[in-house]
Parts: sequence; structure tokens; C-alpha cells
Amino acid sequence: MGVESGFSSPRNDVFPAGLRVLVVDDDPTWLKILEKMLKKCSYEVTTCCLAREALNLLRERKDGYDIVISDVNMPDMDGFKLLEHVGLEMDLPVIMMSVDGETSRVMKGVQHGACDYLLKPIRMKELRNIWQHVFRKKIHEVRDIESLEGIESIHMTRSGSDMFDDGHLLGGEDITSVRKRKDADNKHDDKDLSDPSSTKKARVVWTVDLHQKFVKAVNQIGFDKVGPKKILDLMNVPWLTRENVASHLQKYRLYLSRLQKESDIKNSFTGMNHSDPSSKDSTASFGHHNSMNVMQDDLSNGAYSFSVNNSLAQNVDLKGHEGDRKGITSVPVAEPKGALSIDIPDPNKAKSSHISFDHSLGSVDSGLNFASFNSTNLVQYSWSKIPEIQFKQECEPLQLENGFSQLPLPGSHHHMQTEYLQPSASISSGPSITEKEASSSRIEVKPMYDEYGRNHVKHLSPMEAVDLFPVQSKNHTLHNQVFEPISTSTSSMKSPDVSLNWLTDLEFAQRNLNGGAGIPFTSLSEDIQVCWLQGDCYAMNFGLQDFDCTEYNDPALIAEIPFHLYDAPRFDHDHLFDPAEYSALDKGLFA
Amino acid sequence: MERNRLQQEVACMRRSLFDQGYLEEQFIQLEELQDDANPNFVQEIVALFYTDSARLIQNIEQTLNSKPIDFSKLDDYMHQFKGSSSSIGAKKVTDECTVFREYCSAENAEGCIRTFQQVKQEYTILRRKLEVYFQMVRQAAVAHSA
Repeated sequence: MGVESGFSSPRNDVFPAGLRVLVVDDDPTWLKILEKMLKKCSYEVTTCCLAREALNLLRERKDGYDIVISDVNMPDMDGFKLLEHVGLEMDLPVIMMSVDGETSRVMKGVQHGACDYLLKPIRMKELRNIWQHVFRKKIHEVRDIESLEGIESIHMTRSGSDMFDDGHLLGGEDITSVRKRKDADNKHDDKDLSDPSSTKKARVVWTVDLHQKFVKAVNQIGFDKVGPKKILDLMNVPWLTRENVASHLQKYRLYLSRLQKESDIKNSFTGMNHSDPSSKDSTASFGHHNSMNVMQDDLSNGAYSFSVNNSLAQNVDLKGHEGDRKGITSVPVAEPKGALSIDIPDPNKAKSSHISFDHSLGSVDSGLNFASFNSTNLVQYSWSKIPEIQFKQECEPLQLENGFSQLPLPGSHHHMQTEYLQPSASISSGPSITEKEASSSRIEVKPMYDEYGRNHVKHLSPMEAVDLFPVQSKNHTLHNQVFEPISTSTSSMKSPDVSLNWLTDLEFAQRNLNGGAGIPFTSLSEDIQVCWLQGDCYAMNFGLQDFDCTEYNDPALIAEIPFHLYDAPRFDHDHLFDPAEYSALDKGLFA
Repeated sequence: MERNRLQQEVACMRRSLFDQGYLEEQFIQLEELQDDANPNFVQEIVALFYTDSARLIQNIEQTLNSKPIDFSKLDDYMHQFKGSSSSIGAKKVTDECTVFREYCSAENAEGCIRTFQQVKQEYTILRRKLEVYFQMVRQAAVAHSA
């Protein structure tokens, strides 16, 4: 059983042909048979006979495979354990195989997350259809993220409902947008959202607090060593089950990996790095403007993806490699407060991912709600809570060091109003900033964050982001708000007021962010404004100095922003608004 | 003539293997996988099976001979062996494996030992038959191309 390299990208054009399958079985006879069968299905096959070897292959090449098929009984590692690892680290669909068809075994497989359980002897026709699992997962990913965000947003604010009504668009994915809307509607009902997409009964609602606990546990354990059982034990939530944690963790990873991807994309753009955030974490290539640029396209759709990721991404290493990241935990950005989890959709995806920062993470502190506008996919991730950071976890992200991270007005308990300017705009990003407990302050800062991070757009994978952000702490409420404005912008800034709001918010946020750092507010706003107003700025050219649209630099606008929201710059957040960052941000804020 | 006769014999033997329960559906799956890229696929797989399963047989043997018998290990080995046998569609062999596992879970050493003899017997009989079968297939192929 040699291991044949199958590192290539899937051939989307002739899907499912070219599907990259990794087969793991200690029986050489079966391995050969399966290989032949899969080849006959026109799949790209890689075989290995040891579980450890399989994990190495998978880790080596995160995106090298689409699906894993593994036998249950293996000498070096239990097949279920491998299943768990794959699910957690790579979030790939896994099919289990065994000659034993006992119900209990099958159930165990499903419990551990197997998307199918085949009995040996396996027929070729059973293998022909495995692509459906890959496809299904892709669809659900988006949905889950959205739903997660939805949940978050509910916590965040209720007022965000209008936003949803506007039909934030989820760029690119109709499904997601539909879901989002659905979620939004649900949210409005102010009821505990059960993830509609999951259609599971008695779904766990991952509140901000719960998510925060989760994130804390994950950080404690160490991202690499994380496992549902360990997390569950640490979290000490009696009614929570291992399965709940496992699935949540999956989403979290997904989220992080999305962020990572976003940041990767952003890096490629590097167009936007204006200010070369020296002050920023070196990691983040703030130049991730790509998201911003992309946004343009999306903007028209009303979906803006805050490329906040860029900045974040840099710091964050976005998850793509969760294992690697461990260090991310320190996302300076918002303390676990309600970081904005901007889910920046994979650049690969049609860029229409919006990042919806729904929750204004209750406590603004952490909430860097960056609406990462991944231009491509405005995945509405409710970044609502960027839980402290989730970014941290994965990627340093939110290190708002760039100043953004904490955008949501530090400490402001302003409720993040999810009012993202959206009212009119189809804020796709839907950051439904759930108003948090925070007081009325609406930190609309969201877009600002983008700037800060210059491109810290952390594309927190929606999934993860959602968790992350679920505004865990009430303090984060701010976060969500920030993004809202952005969304409006996409809607083409049509409503001047909207955009203004946004701008003002941004400015407001800016101000707050600066916490007196003295960052020229105007510059920020300009950036922001430019982005928004201009439509072409969609890409939140944070930091794109070229914004022509300076229309909104009207300080007056800013003044309108209730600064109270930001109360004394609470830069409690460690990472929040680091003055130094601000300047950096300044440069790139919307650049 | 010669070719046809040979081919007929091959077909006949093949049918009897199925009729007598030595082989089952999985074997046909293997045959279907055989193509120009792998013209002797079935034979290769069978050969691979017999080579690899030899060590499994040995493992089971050793475990059965040890005192006291570790039934859980025994079950593991037999589980592997059964899975492997199913890969070529060795029906009689896998049926005996199932019986074995029942004795094993009942921790019936006597039953296990007896059943294992059956397993080995079926395993050996099948090998001989398949050897003959493939030989005939080769002959028919040669005659065919001649």
C-alpha cells in the first residue's frame, strides 16, 4: 500500500470526477480493491495502511483531500479516534468501513461524526456516491456558520432585526442568504435559535457565555490537543454533551480555517497594505485588501465582506491550521469579549461571502467585529461576537492590535447595535449585532474594524466566528455594530444616511478606538467612508488610501455618533485599540 | 474448438464455485474491476489475500495455543481475518469465521479450536480450487490469443 500523492486541487469542472479520496485500511487486500474501485469512479486515490500515516498526510496537506474513508479496526489507532481527529482538525467528511455491522458499532461511528458507515464487502456503487458527502458538507458549512451567527446575533441584539429584514445578502450563496434571513427572522422572534439548518432536535444554543467557556477551554487545552471530551470536562456545563461540543468544535475549526483562508487571500492582494502596519503584528498582512476589493463585487450584491480579516488574518494565522495555531490564542484583539468574527469566506469561494457580524458581542470589549468583507463571499457571519477572540484562538486575529481588534469600542457596553446601518442596505454582512446588554451605545464601529486591522479581516470562518463572537460577554455588544455599517455600504451606500451612519459609526468607532490615540479620525473615516460610499470601496478598502469618496468625512457626521457609546475609551481590552495600532490602522484603515 | 472448450470449462467451473457456495457476489465485483489496466486483477487480489492472511492465521493459531486464551485478542484477529476473507468473496470461509466469533464471545475455547479447524479447511480448499480455476483461465486466454 503505497501512498500515492494525490495533491492536487479538485477538478470542479467535472465534479465529482477528480474527487480526492484518502483511503485508510490496514488490510492490504481491501486497500487494493478500494483503490481500484475508486479509480474506476474517476476519483483521485491515495492509500495508506496506518492511521498515523493518514493523519500525517492530512496535516501535511490541509487541502489535499476532499474525503476520507477509513476502516474501523486498525492496529495503531482506533478508527473512531482517527475519525475524531479528522473531523476536528480538518473538518473533512469521513466514511467508516467495517465488516462488523452491529448497530452499536454503527451508532458509535455516527456519534463520532462519521458521515456514513459502509459494511464490508463494499460494492463499487456504494463508493460512487460518496461525493454527496463532500457536497453536503460544503453546503452545510455555510449554513452552519450562518446559523451560528444567527444565534449569536440573537444574543447580541434584537434590534438588528431590521437589518435582517433588509435581506442581507449573503453573497454568493443563495442558500446561505436564505438561511440567514431565516435566522434573522428567527432572531427577531427573540427565541432561542436552534440551528435550523441542522434540523436536530433539541439543539444546543451556543450563547455567548457558553461559547466563551468553550473558547476558554480550547485555549486552555491548547488547540492542537483539543478534543471534545477535554473541552467538555473543562467547560463544566452539566447539560452539555460531548456530541454538542464536538460539533461546535467542528464549526469553530471551520471558522478558523475560513479566517485563515481569508487572510491568505488577503495576503495575496496586498494591494491594500498601505500603511504597512508595522505596528501591527507582523503576521497580519494588512494588505489583505483582497477582501476589500472583492467586496466590490459583492457590494453590489449587498454583501460585503469585511475584509477585516486581513488584518486579523495576519495576526491570526487563521485557522486553517489549527494545529499550528496554537499561539493564536492571544489574539489581542478583543478579549474574549465578543470579537467580531468575521467570516471571511474562502477566497476560493465565490466571493460573496459576507461576514455578518451578528453579534455585537455583548461586551464590546472583545468584540472586534470585523466585518470581513471578503469580497468574494459575503458570508454573513455574524461576527457578533468575536469572542475574544476567537481569533485568538486561531489566529491571532483580531489582534486588533492593529487597532481594530477591539473596535467595538472597548469596554463599551454599548449594545452593539446590530443596527448596522443596514436598514436599507442589504447588509449582507448581517452582522446582526445583537444588542447586547450593553447599553445603548451602538457601536457601529464595525466597519471601522476593518480598517484597523487594515485588513485584519479576519475571516473568521463563520462557523467559528460565530462561536467566537457570540458575544460572550455582554461587553461585546459593540462588535456587531461595527459591521453593520458596512453592510449598508454595500448596498451601495445608497441611503446616504445609511452610509453616513456607517461612517459615523466608523468614525465613532474610530474615535473610540483610538481612544484618544489621536488617530486622525478623519483619515479613518475617510477610509471608511470611501469604502462605503463609493461603492467601489466595497472592499472596505480600509486603508486604501485611494478612496475617493471622502464624502463622508464630514466630521459632523461623526459627531452624530453617540460617543457615549464608547465611553471613555475603554481600552480595557488588552488588545483593543492599541494606540500605536491606530496609527497603523489609520493608514490602512480603509485603504 | 479448443478455445471454446477451454472457455466453456472455465465458465463451468466458475459457475460451480458459486453454486457450491465457495464464492459469492464480491468475487463478481472483483471481476468487474478487471480491465485493460489490470488484466489479472482478480488473480492478483486473491494472491494478495492468501499471502497476507497467512500471518493472520498464524496469529490466531498462536493465541489459541496460549494459556490462558485471550479471547478478546482472538476476536480481534478473527475480525481482521473475516474482513479480509470477505474481500475476495470467500463465502464458506467467512461463514465459518462467524461461527468462530460466536464461540469466541462465549469464551468457549473448545468450540473455537474446533471451528478454527473448519476455517482452515475451507480456506485451503478454496485456495486449491481457485488455483485450478485461474490456471484454466490462463490456458483459455492463451488458446484464445493463439
